[in-house]
Amino acid sequence: MYQYDKYDQQMVDTRVAEFRDQVERRLAGELTEDQFKPLRLMNGLYLQLHAYMLRVAIPYGTLNSKQMRMLGHIARKYDRDYGHFTTRQNIQYNWIKLEDAPDILADLASVEMHAIQTSGNCIRNISSDQYAGAAADEIADPRPWAEILRQWSSFHPEFSYLPRKFKIAVIASDDDRAAMRLHDIGIQLVHKDGELGAKFYVGGGMGRTPMIAPEIRDFVPADELISYAEACLRVYNRYGRRDNKYKARIKILVHELGKEEYTRQVEEEFAHMKTLGLNPPVEELARITQYFADPAFDTGASDDLDLSDPDFKLWVDQNTVAHKQPGYAIATISLKPKGGIPGDASSAQIDLMADLAEQYSFDEMRVTHSQNIVLPHVKKSDLYALWQKLDEADLAPANLHLITDSIACPGLDYCSLANARSIPLAQKISERFADLGRQRELGELKLKISGCINACGHHHAGHIGILGVDRKGTENYQLLLGGSAAEDTSLAKITGPGFDEDGVIDAIETVTDLYLKERQEDERFIDTYRRVGMAAFKEAIYG
Amino acid sequence: MKILTGNDLKTGDVTWWTGSDWSRHVEDAVDVGENFEAILHEEEAARRVNVPYAIEAEMTEDGPRPAHIKDRVRALGPTVRPDLTLKPADPEAGNWVI
Ligand code: HEM
Ligand code: SF4
Repeated sequence: MYQYDKYDQQMVDTRVAEFRDQVERRLAGELTEDQFKPLRLMNGLYLQLHAYMLRVAIPYGTLNSKQMRMLGHIARKYDRDYGHFTTRQNIQYNWIKLEDAPDILADLASVEMHAIQTSGNCIRNISSDQYAGAAADEIADPRPWAEILRQWSSFHPEFSYLPRKFKIAVIASDDDRAAMRLHDIGIQLVHKDGELGAKFYVGGGMGRTPMIAPEIRDFVPADELISYAEACLRVYNRYGRRDNKYKARIKILVHELGKEEYTRQVEEEFAHMKTLGLNPPVEELARITQYFADPAFDTGASDDLDLSDPDFKLWVDQNTVAHKQPGYAIATISLKPKGGIPGDASSAQIDLMADLAEQYSFDEMRVTHSQNIVLPHVKKSDLYALWQKLDEADLAPANLHLITDSIACPGLDYCSLANARSIPLAQKISERFADLGRQRELGELKLKISGCINACGHHHAGHIGILGVDRKGTENYQLLLGGSAAEDTSLAKITGPGFDEDGVIDAIETVTDLYLKERQEDERFIDTYRRVGMAAFKEAIYG
Repeated sequence: MKILTGNDLKTGDVTWWTGSDWSRHVEDAVDVGENFEAILHEEEAARRVNVPYAIEAEMTEDGPRPAHIKDRVRALGPTVRPDLTLKPADPEAGNWVI
């Protein structure tokens, strides 16, 4: 994992001191809320439904057990004993006191963490593949690139006041586990003629106008990657729609200019930048890369696994995947227990995950965009002991990628922008479909729920999506079908008129029943939907 | 009726205007009629409350009930964590929100 050098640490410490002073001035009445609000947002502090809310950045979702324990400590000491892991691979605390915020940021800084650029119109926390550095199918480790992008974008003066927020994802395999094409810039590392470089996708996003990023360049040599990203941002910074908040994201610019014209302008800017020699120095790349060397794997580790315990077998089947190193597996801890709140973890669970990572996964964890936690490097011979400990703490649901492994945004229970609650729906669906046999029969099924059009819960990208709307003061839910955030990215379509809470759950049962009836061979829900089309599903739902 | 709400500056707690002070409990809220601008201004300036505003509510047997579901969630707490609401012992409390 990356470790701060003295400059990184100094930057973060200085920021904490600055914010401490700003909070004191606010509490003393020297700053009004209008003056203070942009300052607190630059440090991840929002004002939400019940209190201040703090969003902490977890760079590309990667953290070690010391950091994870600090997240648990913050939950226990300053919040109400839990945190919420989000679709942006971050964590949010819902009950923060303004007077505590500087101490929390100081605590975070002591473990090389912060809440900078988790709000505002800047480049936000970089996201990446949660299996990075462990996946059997990656062509390179995307983390050094995510880290370089993090350093380049942190406090970047030119990009601190963009037309709108900006999200970048980096992946390095054909399987997209990071919703890459639904980011403002999606970068896929690829090889061409033996050389490492990147494919660039620009102009994706969800929110009120969902768009899939088109590919604008099939190969940018690795050492020019940062400059190319910079060129993409410069064109956006110059021409992005600052006049209208709802048209200010880069997706609108790319759409309005057209991919060809946008690309032409980027290439022009890029050609200009190349004359300036603005790429990060090669030594810097080497320095960063060494932090992401493989841990000391046991090269003699065996692939044998005793699967005689049937519950363990189910979990291994569903929640572990192949590791690049023989004798190891990647294990996902599902934060989606029956009837639970997707992504929430208590401080005790957070501590336990930290302990288990230390014991079984070379001290490393990842937060996934589907609100789970990954232990990236587990020896197969340790899996059973690990599973038993997880199971005792209600952390072993064997439901990865199944219907109860849903994504849900905080919704009206916590969010001031919400139209409807999201979490109760996730809970009720998880109870209705609790039977694991039935879930496995339905197979891979991505259910994603947002409490309003901002789409924090990725409803556009759900095989089944739910969008909460306000209908004359009552909660109403629209059902969407056919989205995907994976390499087969697609946007879901609304089925028709909305439902109340029970109605939408019944409708989900109707569509899953139809899928089971229509399914051919080993088709997933999304495959059947794509083959059969919306009309049949509509007919089943509305008659 | 119109009632005033905001958040406590230091703690962020949701608060309601009682006529002389701010309370955590919506039951304590009073009808301010139409003449609330001065109160909002004065209270915010005195830093007894952060970003206060007026909302519609109706008077019921149990006290004022905000017209909008969002303010009822604010008044009670998250419906999905009854233990963290202001009425952890009342299993029916969530129904008041919906
Ligand atoms: C509770 C406080 C939150 C607020 C006020 C908030 C606000 C917003 C807004 C306004 C947008 C739309 C931006 C646009 O289209 O320009 C948005 C998008 C998004 N937010 Fe949130 N959000 C919150 C929490 C979350 C949480 C908890 C998550 C993760 C679970 C999240 C993840 C996202 C994602 C993934 C998008 C859409 C992707 C995109 O278009 O870039 N947000 N949020
Ligand atoms: S989708 Fe809407 S309700 Fe959900 S967290 Fe985002 S802004 Fe809030």
